[in-house]
Amino acid sequence: MIPLSWFLIVAAFLFCIGLYGVLVRRNAIAVLMGIELMLNAVNLNLVAFWRYSGPTEVTGQVFAIIVITVAAAEAAVGLALIIAMYRNRQTVNVEELDTLKG
Amino acid sequence: MLLQAIFILVSLATLGAALLVVLTRNLFHSALFLAASFFGVAALYVLLEAEFLAVVQVLIYVGAIATLIVFAIMLSRGGVQRGVPLFNAEWAIVAVGVALLGGVLIVLLTQVAWPVSQAAPPADLIARLGQAFVGPYVIPFEVASALLVTALIGAILIARERE
Amino acid sequence: MGFVADLFRNLGAAFVGWLSGFLPPWAVALVNDVAVALLLLTLALLIVLYVIWFERKAIARVQDRLGPNRAGPAGLLQNLADAMKLLIKESITPSDADRWVYNLAPILSVFAAIMLLAVVPFGAGLIGEDLNVGVLYIVAMGSLGSMAVLMAGWGSNNKYALLGGFRVVAQLLSYEIPMVLAMLSPVLLAGTLSMQGIVAAQAGGRWFGVLMPAAFLIYLVSAVAETGRSPFDLLEAESELVAGFHIEYSGMKFAWFYLAEFMNTFTLSAVATTLFFGGWLGPFVDRAPVLGVVYFAIKVSIIYALFTWFRATLPRVRIDQLMAFAWKVLVPGALANLLLVAVLAKLPLPDLLNSLLILAANVALILTGLGMIGRSLRLQAQRRLAQG
Repeated sequence: MIPLSWFLIVAAFLFCIGLYGVLVRRNAIAVLMGIELMLNAVNLNLVAFWRYSGPTEVTGQVFAIIVITVAAAEAAVGLALIIAMYRNRQTVNVEELDTLKG
Repeated sequence: MLLQAIFILVSLATLGAALLVVLTRNLFHSALFLAASFFGVAALYVLLEAEFLAVVQVLIYVGAIATLIVFAIMLSRGGVQRGVPLFNAEWAIVAVGVALLGGVLIVLLTQVAWPVSQAAPPADLIARLGQAFVGPYVIPFEVASALLVTALIGAILIARERE
Repeated sequence: MGFVADLFRNLGAAFVGWLSGFLPPWAVALVNDVAVALLLLTLALLIVLYVIWFERKAIARVQDRLGPNRAGPAGLLQNLADAMKLLIKESITPSDADRWVYNLAPILSVFAAIMLLAVVPFGAGLIGEDLNVGVLYIVAMGSLGSMAVLMAGWGSNNKYALLGGFRVVAQLLSYEIPMVLAMLSPVLLAGTLSMQGIVAAQAGGRWFGVLMPAAFLIYLVSAVAETGRSPFDLLEAESELVAGFHIEYSGMKFAWFYLAEFMNTFTLSAVATTLFFGGWLGPFVDRAPVLGVVYFAIKVSIIYALFTWFRATLPRVRIDQLMAFAWKVLVPGALANLLLVAVLAKLPLPDLLNSLLILAANVALILTGLGMIGRSLRLQAQRRLAQG
């Protein structure tokens, strides 16, 4: 049997990698990719806990499916925003979106 | 024994792909590595005996979200920005912070004694999922559907070409 | 006689027995799985060879010519000759093309096509792995193919390839939805997502294709569009966008795309047989399970002949007509069908009455759909006439 903590460690690593991507990359699409990695890590956590702590219920998987749904909706809207941004300002660099600053 | 070896291989592949997503300069390659890491997570779901979720993950994440990301990359010509550095100015500090967070998480996760049950997943899991979605969890289900419709309409409106 | 009656399963059992003689149990399982995988791979490639020959001959006859008849008896070795020709062709990589992506795309395309064969039931107990999410697995692997096309379009560093790639993915994603919805109707009636379970639920002559012709038709049309064949082959026809997303591919890499398309067609025909026509079921199959393979082959050949017939006779559909058809006709039709079947299947009526009701509802749906399409086309024609 694979111990539960192994799955949780993998999820933690995945989350940290995604977090690094979100905080450090300049390209908006790369930031979105980091967000998707974080959501995947969260889902992995949920399913691991479902399997090891409550397999007779389906709550864990229901939660995971709702998270996947929300991630899909958020990716769609985020990418639409990025495309609109590119069309207006010819850039997808998050550091150049500062017209509201100051 | 075999399962543990498979788990280690799959995890290393997934984490490696995720790392390459963040570190690659070519955005298209990043998207492909992202799809690879989605596959890796689906394999981990199979190891966790959640096959339905694994197939749903491949179907939605790789089949739809990764394709959407690739579309956006192509439409915004995102991979052709040479001369712009990959990371912003605070990459070193953020790396230290994230490493600290990772360390804290790992220490926490290994020290706490999680309640582990030896039961096995039910045989008619998919039927139970269906019943859960129209039974106790019907409200999140309906809200998620409303969210999807809103997101669909919103995305179309935002990304439309203004003539 | 007893051995032959269940030939393939007995062969498999004999193989496992021979292996257990000198290997520990975990190694026996591993070797058995690898052997089954290799067998499926070989089977896939051999089937594609036969299927391409059949298609070329059939289309040739429809067009009043003979088709390949020189290489081997009746042209059976023509495919071998073609494969050898493609193998010895020069492998050109366009300049500035992304080498990894460009080379990986055809492999991924074939990968998606072959992975589908793992859940196709060729006979009683003859299935790669009877996943309890078999139908969903097929949909997932199908959606993987669209990723391969995008990679081909981008990796070729060619504007036409890119545009062709966009259109292909738009078509693939649009027709995936009615295909999934049409595949859900047999799942509803059978109560399980597993392929062998759906075949078992059609025992006793209760074929879902006969009960739900609307679902079968929607699935058929969507499958033709999913594989990118005529009349939906806008994306790879030589006169459109200069052959679409595989312009820059020559030699063996092009052969991979070609192979993937035919394998996809075969697999979707096999899925149609399983979901709608009882798979390997037929008379006397419980006494001699090897007959199941024969019945399966016959049924798949008939449906594949249908696909070939479409290709030989129908003209190409324009991209906007294609998308309009998918979203305005097939998706509502599939949803309505799903709703009707879901409601009618749960009514507490005797089985025969239930089946007749579902059949009646489906026929009504087809007639209504055709009526609405006819009316809208007539209105469009009138409008065009009025505009002069």
